[in-house]
Amino acid sequence: MPIAFSQGFTPHPKISYASAAPTGVASEAEYLEIGLRAEVDPEQLRRALDAALSPGLDVLDAVVAGSGSLADRIEASHWRIELPEVDPAVLDRAVAAFTAAGEVLVERMTKQGRRTFDARAAVISIDVVPPTETPSGAAAVPCAILELVVRQVTPSVRPDDVLSGLRVVADLEPPVSPKVIRLAQGTLTAHGAIADPLDADRDGTAIGGR
Amino acid sequence: MSVPSTTPRPAAAHSVWPQLEPLLPQVTKPIQYVGGELGAVVKDWDAATVRWALMYPDAYEVGLPNQGVQILYEVLNELPDVLAERTYAVWPDLEALMRAQGVPQFTVDAHRAVRAFDVFGVSFSTELGYTNLLTAIDLAGIPMLAADRTDDDPVIVAGGHAAFNPEPIADFIDAAVLGDGEEAVLEITAIVREWKAEGSPGGRDELLLRLARTESVYVPRFYDVDYLPDGRIQRVVPNRADVPFRVHKRTTMDLDAWPYPKKPLVPLAETVHERYAVEIFRGCTRGCRFCQAGMITRPVRERSITTVGQMVKEGLEFSGFHEVGLLSLSSADHSEIGDMCSGLAQQYEGTNVSLSLPSTRVDAFNIDLAQELSRNGRRTGLTFAPEGGSERIRKVINKMVSKEDLIRTVVTAYTNGWRQVKLYFMCGLPTETDDDVLEIADMAHEVIRAGRAATGSKDIRCTVSIGGFVPKPHTPFQWAAMERPEVIDGRLKMLKQAINSDRSLGRAIGFRYHDGEPSLIEGLLSRGDRRVGAVIRKVWESGGRFDGWSEHFSYQRWVDAAAEVLPGFGVDLDWYTTRQREELEVLPWDHLDSGLDKDWLWQDWQDSLSEYEQDDCRWTPCFDCGVCPSMDTEIQIGPTGRKLLPLTPVDGGGLRLPSGAQQ
Repeated sequence: MPIAFSQGFTPHPKISYASAAPTGVASEAEYLEIGLRAEVDPEQLRRALDAALSPGLDVLDAVVAGSGSLADRIEASHWRIELPEVDPAVLDRAVAAFTAAGEVLVERMTKQGRRTFDARAAVISIDVVPPTETPSGAAAVPCAILELVVRQVTPSVRPDDVLSGLRVVADLEPPVSPKVIRLAQGTLTAHGAIADPLDADRDGTAIGGR
Repeated sequence: MSVPSTTPRPAAAHSVWPQLEPLLPQVTKPIQYVGGELGAVVKDWDAATVRWALMYPDAYEVGLPNQGVQILYEVLNELPDVLAERTYAVWPDLEALMRAQGVPQFTVDAHRAVRAFDVFGVSFSTELGYTNLLTAIDLAGIPMLAADRTDDDPVIVAGGHAAFNPEPIADFIDAAVLGDGEEAVLEITAIVREWKAEGSPGGRDELLLRLARTESVYVPRFYDVDYLPDGRIQRVVPNRADVPFRVHKRTTMDLDAWPYPKKPLVPLAETVHERYAVEIFRGCTRGCRFCQAGMITRPVRERSITTVGQMVKEGLEFSGFHEVGLLSLSSADHSEIGDMCSGLAQQYEGTNVSLSLPSTRVDAFNIDLAQELSRNGRRTGLTFAPEGGSERIRKVINKMVSKEDLIRTVVTAYTNGWRQVKLYFMCGLPTETDDDVLEIADMAHEVIRAGRAATGSKDIRCTVSIGGFVPKPHTPFQWAAMERPEVIDGRLKMLKQAINSDRSLGRAIGFRYHDGEPSLIEGLLSRGDRRVGAVIRKVWESGGRFDGWSEHFSYQRWVDAAAEVLPGFGVDLDWYTTRQREELEVLPWDHLDSGLDKDWLWQDWQDSLSEYEQDDCRWTPCFDCGVCPSMDTEIQIGPTGRKLLPLTPVDGGGLRLPSGAQQ
């Protein structure tokens, strides 16, 4: 694709990722912005990118970027966390304690070193979901499932921070690695739902060239 | 560490992904284990009749760009009934989790267990990958010793330059292939295919025998080594009929007929080289006496300028890489390198493609080429390799460069706008004295002094980079004694002081070097015999991994293991490293034929000691190294007289679907 490059001694392709999922986390909803040198048909661009990327990295849609940055449209993220071998009742109690707390301080190593921050305020909703569907790869084992909607803040509050918070308030220690999936991210509606951040640009027919 | 597995392998190889995936969040750089790169191939297991697992025994970031593995991967996968997948060394963090959870060594392509494949091919460019081989065999659940393997285990084949003396790993591999791999893997595939089609008669033993009968696949178990009371080898002889006394290297002629890689792998994780690399020729007859690559890959076989142009065009279109490397052992020596560089520079002018040439030849022509390649504004680094500090030692190693040549060349680089050049030398060379090494400091000082005078600027630098000399099999230095690590380290310390003795000049000179200790161990492994296998195993059992990485390498572990194991054989670490060999000593690799005549090698060693230089057979008469007549090969060089034509301008707004990409 006719990708645009930055100026300078070592030009880099113009790609910016908005609120990328952490390493090791699955996602159904990642967004990125690409600068182009020429106008192309968005659907053709989507197909070309999809063909070049690895299996499992599926490019679902492309639109011409309108005004404002993509990052400004990412206000919140919807996560699903599968906790194999955790009793849903135990998780229920931990979530109740987390919700009841005004502030839950957690620690994480960042590029700037160890930081302590509140994992509670950014959490818009936290619900234990009944395990109606069979969670992937864990048939007969009990499994608790958590769904979260978390506001995009700085420093960002990630699913592992919320799990750290559950350990802080209720000593919840998942015996095996949790499986985390981002289900959606985008603008936050008045009802606390998440809207597709590309909706505002849906009418565009061609991409690039600005 | 593990019990040899006696369970039969499953008929179909299922993906270990469900067991592997939960481990990945717990390890560093998990993306290296995921696969799915552009260029990767996943085929139906049941539709394949011959299945290869190919390994580069280092971390993914080093192994993925390896040309040899990429070429064989593509050559094999082009066959409809053959499947080839890749596996790399896993880091100790994942190794520990795999052991705890019972996850076997897996391929990154379809995450299949390595033990389920028919052939497990491992490419060694350095002997320091041997401990990683043992980890992979053990994690795969394959018995560590070749002798304990059954029909349910793959045939483990070693290749790459280190396979020209595979004796130290003879107990752990089933076979070794010397030389170019393209045709060798096809021949092995054909033998395995036929043997399986016949219902695998005679089991594993029969298959290995058929491989050995080709006379170009070495099967160590069919050879016995007898030793003299003093520890030297008495003889190496076949222990069964029908097996050749000597095994010969393979040489792929006509590189234009083998234009690989066509579909280079584009890694998702960061790797050491992210570029499209084209080999512009194979082999080298410059005759540097320390250089094993130059000795064992003769004769020179050029790829034509037009094939190189075509490969660059198609390789870039497929991969989207922005960098092209024109590789070989001495790229400026290609008979049409001038036209090749200017042609490619013209074709890619105004694009983001940068071209690079590993530049080690010490002459102004090299700078012309680098100028040509930097048309797009991006200057690649310039490295010159005089290799030896004094005129005398350069005669010993047959590197014909004078001090004046070097200074003139580097000054030309500075006056053409380069602010920084790298100078490469070796330490520990045969006959080397302190003075030979100290002359490196004089040379660097003069380079800076002359550079400042010529440019009128103080803003010029050079980096002196020193590598440790390791004597290698099939070179004139195969008989040479290694210097002790403490002597090397002492010389490097003196050199550093000498460089900094003039503070004004010293400030402009960077100094990089490697300690002498890892080189000594590399020396043990490169000239070792079968008895060294016990040392490798001991080191591995005590935790040795990733010996090519300074943060993982432990000299003490090797010294301790050697002291524990070798005296039982009446030898020791010094015996393998710092001992000079006599002319008539049987060397562990004498039954492996690189084409070089042993008498010629000995004569070249004697010439080295009398500081007599040997010219290149591309522009002077043949000096009878023995390769061409014994291998039935010949020098293949141009010029073809052809030129690269301008590329049809690509439509700036064009979108292109990658051909053959996985959907």
